[in-house]
Amino acid sequence: MRDRQLAPGIVAGRLDPAALQSNFTDLHPPLDDHEALVAADRCYFCHDAPCITACPTSIDIPLFIRQIATGTPEAAAKTILSQNILGGMCARVCPTETLCEEACVREAAEGQPVLIGRLQRYATDTLMEQGVHPFTRAAPTGRRVAVVGAGPAGLACAHRLAMKGHDVTLYDGRAKPGGLNEFGIAAYKSTDSFAAREVAWLMQGGGITLETGKRLGREITLTELQEDHDAVFLGIGLGGVNALGLSGEDREGMRDAVDFIADLRQADDLASLPVGRDVVVIGGGMTAVDAAVQAKLLGALNVTLVYRRGRERMNASRYEQDLAASKGVRIVTNATPIAVHGNGAVREVEFEYSDDDLRPTGERFRLPADQVFKAIGQALEGADLPARDGRKIAVSGPGRTSLPGVWAGGDCAAGGDDLTVTAVAEGRDAAEDIHATLMAEG
Amino acid sequence: MADLTTNFIGITSPNPFWLASAPPTDKEYNVRRAFEAGWGGVVWKTLGEAGPPVVNVNGPRYGVVYGADRRVLGLNNIELITDRPLEVNLEEMRRVKRDWPDRALIASLMVPVNEDAWREILHRVEDTGCDGVELNFGCPHGMSERGMGSAVGQVPEYVGQVAHWCKKHSNLPVIVKLTPNITDIRKPAQAAKDGGADAVSLINTINSITSVDLDLFAPEPTIDGQGAHGGYCGPAVKPIALNMVAEIARDPATAGLPISGIGGVTTWRDAAEFMALGAGNVQVCTAAMTYGFKIVQEMISGLSQYMDDKGFTSVDQLVGRAVPNVVNWKDLNLNYVTKAKINQDDCIKCGRCYAACEDTSHQAIAMSEDRVFTVKDDECVACNLCVNVCPIEGCITMERMAAGAVDPRTGEVVREEYANWTTHPNNPGRCAAE
Ligand SMILES: Cc1cc2nc3c(=O)[nH]c(=O)nc-3n(C[C@H](O)[C@H](O)[C@H](O)COP(=O)(O)OP(=O)(O)OC[C@H]3O[C@@H](n4cnc5c(N)ncnc54)[C@H](O)[C@@H]3O)c2cc1C
Ligand SMILES: Cc1cc2nc3c(=O)[nH]c(=O)nc-3n(C[C@H](O)[C@H](O)[C@H](O)COP(=O)(O)O)c2cc1C
Ligand code: SF4
Ligand code: SF4
Ligand code: SF4
Repeated sequence: MRDRQLAPGIVAGRLDPAALQSNFTDLHPPLDDHEALVAADRCYFCHDAPCITACPTSIDIPLFIRQIATGTPEAAAKTILSQNILGGMCARVCPTETLCEEACVREAAEGQPVLIGRLQRYATDTLMEQGVHPFTRAAPTGRRVAVVGAGPAGLACAHRLAMKGHDVTLYDGRAKPGGLNEFGIAAYKSTDSFAAREVAWLMQGGGITLETGKRLGREITLTELQEDHDAVFLGIGLGGVNALGLSGEDREGMRDAVDFIADLRQADDLASLPVGRDVVVIGGGMTAVDAAVQAKLLGALNVTLVYRRGRERMNASRYEQDLAASKGVRIVTNATPIAVHGNGAVREVEFEYSDDDLRPTGERFRLPADQVFKAIGQALEGADLPARDGRKIAVSGPGRTSLPGVWAGGDCAAGGDDLTVTAVAEGRDAAEDIHATLMAEG
Repeated sequence: MADLTTNFIGITSPNPFWLASAPPTDKEYNVRRAFEAGWGGVVWKTLGEAGPPVVNVNGPRYGVVYGADRRVLGLNNIELITDRPLEVNLEEMRRVKRDWPDRALIASLMVPVNEDAWREILHRVEDTGCDGVELNFGCPHGMSERGMGSAVGQVPEYVGQVAHWCKKHSNLPVIVKLTPNITDIRKPAQAAKDGGADAVSLINTINSITSVDLDLFAPEPTIDGQGAHGGYCGPAVKPIALNMVAEIARDPATAGLPISGIGGVTTWRDAAEFMALGAGNVQVCTAAMTYGFKIVQEMISGLSQYMDDKGFTSVDQLVGRAVPNVVNWKDLNLNYVTKAKINQDDCIKCGRCYAACEDTSHQAIAMSEDRVFTVKDDECVACNLCVNVCPIEGCITMERMAAGAVDPRTGEVVREEYANWTTHPNNPGRCAAE
């Protein structure tokens, strides 16, 4: 195995299966019953709690924690899921350190917030393990709504509409639903096929017909959808990726980080997934960190994450940066890529130091690389979409677009952070608005 | 390090920390290890008459009330007095006392209410070399159904009678252990005193059902689908015990009667509080049963440090020091006006003070848009609830208003002089102020 780790180039099986297994288990293992009670006891049951305000889906956190503390995690789960039907996934992937837990008064008091995310997981796991779907549909309304994109935004929207009694058709261009929950989130955050299990569980509620392999602009068009349905919701995320615009960008070994991560998430056997010995990741967001960390966990010997501005400007939270560093990722800041060198395959990437305003210093350096991941942002793809605001679909209020009868939410819509929980909130709120609109039409 | 040597009714021990009569003192093995750990004395597990000993249940005998993280706040038991033969206990007591002459060893006794039975047991016990006897008139379960324990303790005449027999038939110091399962604790205390007892000890356990099994619909601990009430002890009973100790300490009829304080003593601080209210020493059961014998080391070091800080050279200087400050409500100074004050630097903005005051009290805390919490002096009645619910110690304080200032709530000038209810104009039975 040692030889494999040192072998140059992009090769599979750098680590033995046991090492891979332990590298890709839960980042935060689930709380057991006693740990959950101890953690729940720390909640002060704040008045008009700041954690609720900080949660994009406004989960009643003090209430659900009290329900855990009194031995009713199922009731806690219901409190969570009534606001956020993907509360299970959010519990795993939310950057709580910049959301609810950052706002927790115990963070202010002693730098140790209540473990909201992990308690949320404890509650939702308990309920989901029982196979229970806690909500039932209202009487059928006879209205049909098309939801495009089965990521967090689309799923949340479809669920809420279905519960209101509408008939939902959920289209997705990919073969599997889940969006980035299935293809993007780091493997150690969503273990044991959780994304797929969660979608299957959500679908138990009924009222949603899933149509995979149906891509807007390929198999279906927006005009057709508008004609066949009473309303349309677009939750298509950001399918495209930004290019670096460098010479040599097409060299072998250059990849989009999201593709690498998608391969990793879909791999049946991580030992069969090739990875470079010297990996360079370009970017400063969550995608860059996830690509770098997972490359390292797969067995890459040297992984360097290079960001063009200073640390404070990185989109990845301080917690994510520290996580990367703790896994052995080297973080280089204030360096802009200027060229990719190599014959056919990439051998080195050349950078130039730059200040926080990207003014070059003239000082250059090269990093050896047999694999380079680009993670400098995703972009909206597709023609015939509603009017845009910058690079995303323009929305007003709860996801209304420039086209009547068409709503949008999640990453593809302007405003809000590109986070799972934000996508859920936007999908849910658009559903409420669609419902109100359809019912007002009588 | 302060000298903790204690002389309680002529019985000396190296410190005032005794183990109460209970499982920790049920046999030689335990008591030897307790003395090795540093306990100043023990009250041996209650002895009954000679002959076949009592039996205990063979199912669970304890139930517990928990705080956060399964911290034991209250313990309930349905155990009886010792279930080992009298001879065995006496022989063990003799051996232990011989090897530990500097420690206090007290025999706890419970026999039926007749003079012969008491005379008989006293004679056998004297032989062990023990330092005194404690009469268990407190056990509230099992034994009371047989006319002993709290069945005696609840009738002051019996208490006085048995105390009298014990003084008559023995030269040993006599401590009467009182049951709290009574309306006025001063009555049995006075009866004990009148009967000639040298001291009282209190409290024994409180009648209790700790919880109900909601599947079996039976009290816990559950024995084959049923449960009986037990006796409650541990930190939860301390406030009740403190009050009863203070009642006896400050009642002119019983003032000065030595008291051994029992009930929820868990730390040196609890012990010091009992002693300040008049207890000459303390006895401990639940804390030892929860954490083991070693806790006495913290009690010893803590009390020594406190006494050093206060400049006390003997525990006697602490005993009873708070008694004069325990008064009746009518004696409290109504001209003492305070207002809650929130220290904004310490406040973590949880809003608990607001919820408590707004929902359940006097609507005297304001909450701003950006979660700044402030007290409205014109509404605050100084009830202390916000201080009590605030999770940050010292964040909300009660600040006294200076004499001469106007209380914005009542519009009245705060007066310098002490004045209580007895002279208040609203009191129909007021006496004229001098
Ligand atoms: C690598 C990576 C890691 C991340 N980690 C985290 C994290 O740890 N925590 C967190 O909160 N957020 C994280 N995010 C962000 C989060 O995943 C997204 O914000 C969230 O998934 C957005 O949800 P969405 O429903 O808007 O879009 P998506 O999840 O992207 O879902 C869009 C769906 O639409 C489908 N689709 C796209 N175009 C079409 C079309 N034309 N026709 C039909 N279907 C289409 C796609 O197949 C997909 O299923 C991460 C993102 C990435 C890329
Ligand atoms: C299991 C158990 C058995 C007890 N047995 C006796 C006893 O035999 N005689 C007695 O006088 N008190 C007995 N007690 C009462 C204790 O001595 C003591 O008064 C009471 O527990 C309060 O003190 P604590 O709060 O420190 O436990 C018993 C208490 C417990 C928990
Ligand atoms: S959904 Fe996310 S942000 Fe909201 S409470 Fe749960 S973990 Fe926190
Ligand atoms: S802010 Fe923290 S302590 Fe307050 S309710 Fe939320 S989780 Fe509980
Ligand atoms: S209870 Fe204490 S910490 Fe909480 S808001 Fe009030 S003053 Fe601040």
